[in-house]
Parts: sequence; C-alpha cells; structure tokens
Amino acid sequence: MGRIVIDPLTRIEGHLKIEVEIEGGTVVQANSSGMLFRGLEIILKGRDPRDAQTITQRVCGVCPTPHAMAAALNLDSAFGIDDKIPDNGRIIRNLILGASELSDHVLHFYHLSSLDYVDVTKIKSYEGKDPFLTSIKNFINRGELSPFVPRYEGDYRLPDKLNEALVSHYIEALNIRRKGQEMVAIFGGKMPHNVGILPGGVASIPTPDNISSFLWRLKEIKGFIENVYLPDVIALAKVYSDYFEIGKGCGRLLSFGVYDLEGKEKDLTKRKRFYSSGRTDTSMTYSEIDPSKIAEYVKYSFYEDSSTARHPKDGITAPKPEKAGAYSWLKSPRYDGMVYEVGPLARIMVNYAKGNEKVRKLVDSTLSEIGVKLENMFSTMGRHLARALETKLLSEVMEDWVLSLKIGEPCYVPYEIPEESEGIGLLEAARGALCHAIRIKEGKIENYQVITPSTWNVSPKDDKDQPGALEQALIGTKIKDEKNPFEIVRIVRSFDPCLACSIHLIDARGKERTAFRIT
Amino acid sequence: MGEVLEVPAIWIQAAGCTGCSISILNADYPNIKNLLIDEVLPKKHINLRFHPNIMAGQGEAILEVLKETSTEKKGKYLLIIEGAVPTKDNGIYGVIGEREGKPITMLEWIRELSASAMAVAALGSCATFGGIPKARPNPTGCKSVGEILEEYGIKTPYVNIPGCPPHPDWFVGTLASILLMGLPREEDLDELRRPKLFFSQTIHENCPRRAYYDERKFAKKFGEPGCLYELGCRGPVTYSDCPVRMWNGRVNWCVGSGATCIGCCSEGFLDEISPIYVKLEEAEFPKEV
Repeated sequence: MGRIVIDPLTRIEGHLKIEVEIEGGTVVQANSSGMLFRGLEIILKGRDPRDAQTITQRVCGVCPTPHAMAAALNLDSAFGIDDKIPDNGRIIRNLILGASELSDHVLHFYHLSSLDYVDVTKIKSYEGKDPFLTSIKNFINRGELSPFVPRYEGDYRLPDKLNEALVSHYIEALNIRRKGQEMVAIFGGKMPHNVGILPGGVASIPTPDNISSFLWRLKEIKGFIENVYLPDVIALAKVYSDYFEIGKGCGRLLSFGVYDLEGKEKDLTKRKRFYSSGRTDTSMTYSEIDPSKIAEYVKYSFYEDSSTARHPKDGITAPKPEKAGAYSWLKSPRYDGMVYEVGPLARIMVNYAKGNEKVRKLVDSTLSEIGVKLENMFSTMGRHLARALETKLLSEVMEDWVLSLKIGEPCYVPYEIPEESEGIGLLEAARGALCHAIRIKEGKIENYQVITPSTWNVSPKDDKDQPGALEQALIGTKIKDEKNPFEIVRIVRSFDPCLACSIHLIDARGKERTAFRIT
Repeated sequence: MGEVLEVPAIWIQAAGCTGCSISILNADYPNIKNLLIDEVLPKKHINLRFHPNIMAGQGEAILEVLKETSTEKKGKYLLIIEGAVPTKDNGIYGVIGEREGKPITMLEWIRELSASAMAVAALGSCATFGGIPKARPNPTGCKSVGEILEEYGIKTPYVNIPGCPPHPDWFVGTLASILLMGLPREEDLDELRRPKLFFSQTIHENCPRRAYYDERKFAKKFGEPGCLYELGCRGPVTYSDCPVRMWNGRVNWCVGSGATCIGCCSEGFLDEISPIYVKLEEAEFPKEV
C-alpha cells in the first residue's frame, strides 16, 4: 500500500494537507487536514454584536463578503428587523455580494485552478504578437521561472493555440477579477473586507455616478464571462473530458439559496431568492430543506462522543484529543444523517431540479455542446462548469438589479440591540452553504457559531462511517503517476476549498500532535 | 540586452485570512502582472519564489524552494509575512509542511527565513501588530513579526505595513523604494516602523467630511450627510492616507461609502478600538488634531 502526502496543498485559501492511501494504483482512503487555528469564535464572545460584521469577514480574505452578508442577516434576525430592510439596502447587498462572487469565480478558475491544466512554460516558443504572451515569453527567457515552476510534470494536454489562449486569459483575468473588487468597493467602501454591509441594510446610498460606474464595470466583466471564461471552461472540459468521470463525490447536493428578491419572509429557506434553497441528488429530484435536520457528528473528530449528533445551534465543543480512532478536528455536518456537497454545483443542480427554466436551458445547451450528459455534472469538470455557468447567469441579472435602485430612497433602518435574543443567517457563499448563528445576552455576544461551506465539503467520516464529500470524491480515483498525482490536486481544487473558513474554530491535525494543542 | 537583476522574494502566510494577498492582487499601476512577470523597474525583476495562492507547485517540492532560497540566496531575498505568528504551545496552531514526519510551525519558518533575509516586510495589521488573531483572549498566543524578531534577537531590518488589509500602494510603494533607493532609512519610518510616506497623518486630518466635524454637524444614522463621529468613526485616531489615496482603483474608501473608519490600520485593532460602532471619547484624540 502506498501513501501520498501533499503538504502544503497550495492555490486554495488557507493551509491544507491531503494524505491518501493507494492500493493497486487507486485511492482507497483519503484524509484532509487543516493546518491553522485562530479561534475567531472564541474572540467573538463577549463583544458588541455589531462587531461580528468586522470580525467574521476576517475569517477569510478571499470570501469576506459572504461572511459580512451572513453576519448582517444573522444580526437583522436577532435585532428583529429581518423583515424591515429597505429594498435599496437589500439590492445593494446583492450587488456587493454578486460582485465579489464574479471576482472570486474568475480568480478560482484562472489563478487557482488552471495551472493544473495549462503549461505556461510552452510559451517559450511563442511566435505571435499578443502583448501578454510576449511578456511571458520574455519572462521565461530571463530564466527565473517561479512562481510557475516547480510544479507537477506530465499531463499538460492542451493543443498549442488553446494553451496560448488560456495563458493570455490568465493575465487578462487578473484585471477582470480586480474590476470585480472595484465593484464591491463602489458600494462597500473597499475590498477585501467591506464596511458597507451593516445590520439594518447598507451604509452607502445609490447615486447616478456610482450606479453607472458599477454598471459599466459589470458590462465589461459580463463580456469577459460570455466571450472568454465560459468558452475557456468548455474548451478545457473537452480536452480533459475524462474529468467528467473523475471526482464524482457523494452525489447529494444542498443549497441555502442566495440573492434575496424580497425582504419580508423571515424564514430564509422560504424567502424568494435568485438561487432557491433546496436539495437534490443524482436522481435530480428536488426537495426543500429544513435546517432543523442539520446535525454535526464527531465519531472521527477529537471531541467527546456525548457531543455528537447535535444541531449546530445547540453545539457543544468538548475536545478529547486522545480519542481513539479520531483523525480530524473538523466536525462532520450532515443533513438528515446524510453527506451533502455544497457549492456552485449544488446551486446549479438544485435549481435545475426545481425547474428553473433559465438554469435548465443554459445547462442543457452547454452539456450538449461538450457532448456529455447531465449526470456528468457530478464530477471534477462539472464543478468548474457549474461555477462558470452560474457566473454567467449572475452577471446577466445584476444589470437589472443595479438599474432597479431608487435614488433618494432609504438603504438603512435603525434598530435597538436587544438585551437577549437569538439570530440566524443562512445564504450561499461563493463556495456554498454558509450559516451564522448568534445568541445575545446582556446586549453582548454570548455565543457565535459559523458553519462554512468547506466544513461540509472537507469533513471527516461521521458516526455511520460515511466519508466526507471531498474524501468520497478522492476515494476510488486511479492515480496514473504517483510522483505527479494530478488527479488528487485537480479534484481537491475543483471544490475550491477555503481552509481559514472551515477551521475558524479549531485545528484539524493528526492525533499524534494533539497533546500540545488544547488549552 | 543587459543583465536583469533578479530580486528573490518569499511570501509566507501565517495566522491570517489571505486578505493581504488578495489586496495586493488588486494593485493597478503597476499591476500584479507588472510586478511578477515584467521588469517592475528597468532591469529589475521580482522573482517571487514562494506564494501559497499563486505558485504552481505544492508539497515537498515547494518546501525545497524555501530551504534553497534561505541558503543559496542568504542575505539577498525579501521576506514578506502576512498574518500574526502563533506562539502558544510552541506554535503548533499554525503549521506549514513537515520535516521528517514532524510539523514545521509558522514560528519556526519565520525565525529561519527572517534570520537569513535581506529585509522583512510585515504586511497587514496581523503581521505588524497582531491584529484580529491577537484579540482578546488571544487563543493561540499570536504575536507580531516585530515581537518575534526582537524576542529571538534577529537583527534583519524590517518595516511594518499595517491595514486590514493593507492598500496595495503601501506595499508596492515600499517595494519600489527598496528597489530604487535600497532599504528604508530609519528617518523614513515612524516609531512603529511604518513608512512615514503613507502613515503620518490621521484619517480625520484629511477627511472630506472634516468640515462637518468642525461645524459639529453629525450624522445620526447611516446614509445621512454629516461627520460620522457619533456613529463610531475611528478616523480621529487612525493613521493612514486612505482619504486621499482611496481604494480599489480609487473608486471609493470606507468613509466615502458612508460607513465609519473602523481603525483597521491602528496598533489597537481590534481590542483598543472596539466596540467599533460606539462613539470615541474626544479626549482620546491625538493632540495635533
């Protein structure tokens, strides 16, 4: 039996170690471990509830905006104003969140993922006149190839023209993602870590100049998505079509839904949203979600067994570092006892299953262009494709949103901080289902809980010995070259893991070192 | 074509959120491609050998790059550190890779790499002052890079570039000054080792809403005109050039969006400047304001 350890696994957010066991060239066991613990939930205790917007964004500088939004929805509900946010405030929140998602998905495909498929060093022999490629060629000829080398060698299959196009777009995408961040700043002040999204709405107000400045950046990004990003993903998917069969995962998908289209319904899973909440699986039937069915399991996590199977709101963190058989500090969130994957694939497929016509049309036409079936979406390449497709749908609808802002109307509603209260904020971050929950006592944070998308995806086995979503996607994968295990890193990166997010509370690390860790 | 000077650089992410890296990706003139691919200044190229989000490689091969750079380029490379340094329980809360089956802590990496670097840039409020990870009750014993250098007697010169995140210009400007004029002179840095170029005035001094303050016209809720002082603005006690530099392609900045300055560049971010949305006492203002 062979073992492959990849530590650190780069081009993700945070510090990740992946360890797999190989038998006869196939992955038979997979463990993922996070390598950094900061304890933000501990830091939140006892503070002014409003400071959660600032503190929870610092869970992650790549995806701070969904945390700002989840904190705001959470505080809105705790402050009793969740049905009172003015429409302008709701729409500007959607615009800030949407802009950050456009930027984030472009970054993920080109800058975090594409180097597993694209060969930058081939540009050495480029003979055309593209200014980006010419500067890369000059760079290569100077001889210092970092940060593009060292890397895994071997499986770079793109024909020269497509390879050149993708390298050029890698550079262009740096500008596009930056403009997405500028859009966040137009209404949110700055990015990363906006200051605009607040409980009660937003701090900013719409003006003709910020509307047009936002709109024309959006148009530019929308053009890039339609003419460059989505075509690039499709072209890459055709060349690497075997990745429609690799990294399938658990086959069950869950989404909380995102982008509020109205602001009166207090139950966020029932609120009308651009992407609806719900569940689906490989049968493509749609079901609603009931957040009370979410529980976290700890059989393989370093916690007392008595704390297992609890709803996150009543969660107990009772560390037991010497627990036999445990191998992770992450708990395992499950829905109705079952493993679910979250993320762009879940949003697209849940809405497909629910009968969203726009989603169906776009998915069907794209899959037929590539020549694969709907079931192939449950795969490494399916995750990349879902991300590109939802970026296209989002960029289209955001034009309508920004033009629906009403100049002169309020964006913010004042509130009182209650002495005692509870709240919950549920929505989709770029990487999937995100939950913030708060308990307020004597006007201060008594308890603040965050369940991030990557906790769902990267979790260890649960009490029924079911491996987590990423683990299931890795298990069964054939590794062609154990020295250059492209398959593993391609599968892992297709989930777009965010480690700072999933280990905001505790360290996930092998038990051999736990004696140091607990205070 | 004359010889191009290759300036090796290593970027370590410690206890942080990657927000500093994302902010530096937002650099516009020069942009990140100019910084990494092109000669950022004539005949000078930044050779970024290690960056967790950008580099192609992973696993042992890239740890070799760190080892190689710290020995073969001893005294010649720039070390950029993002994030605070966990020190509690020998720093086991933050680990990057392993050596002979044992985890290598961020603390170990930072000690090793900073001792053999030409200079260290502590980037962002976590690296410069401890930031959010160091906030009460500081669960992992986080310290700033400066505290670590001092504690272990490491004499490598360093600069502090605070901000949560730091503005890309503050980083790029510091880098450019090193490439053009060599390491910062002591007189170019303030007592907290921040470049005076960016951090010598408070937000309040340059704030476009300052006239409202002087006239005692205060906004009572968000979205209103007026000085945001009563809503908790930390501009009067926060040193940075945000109001004149502005953010993200100069489209906006915090107070420009109608929100308060949250004091993210302050030495006291988070504990001493929070609760963030509670009015400061005017007695806390620095004297010169």
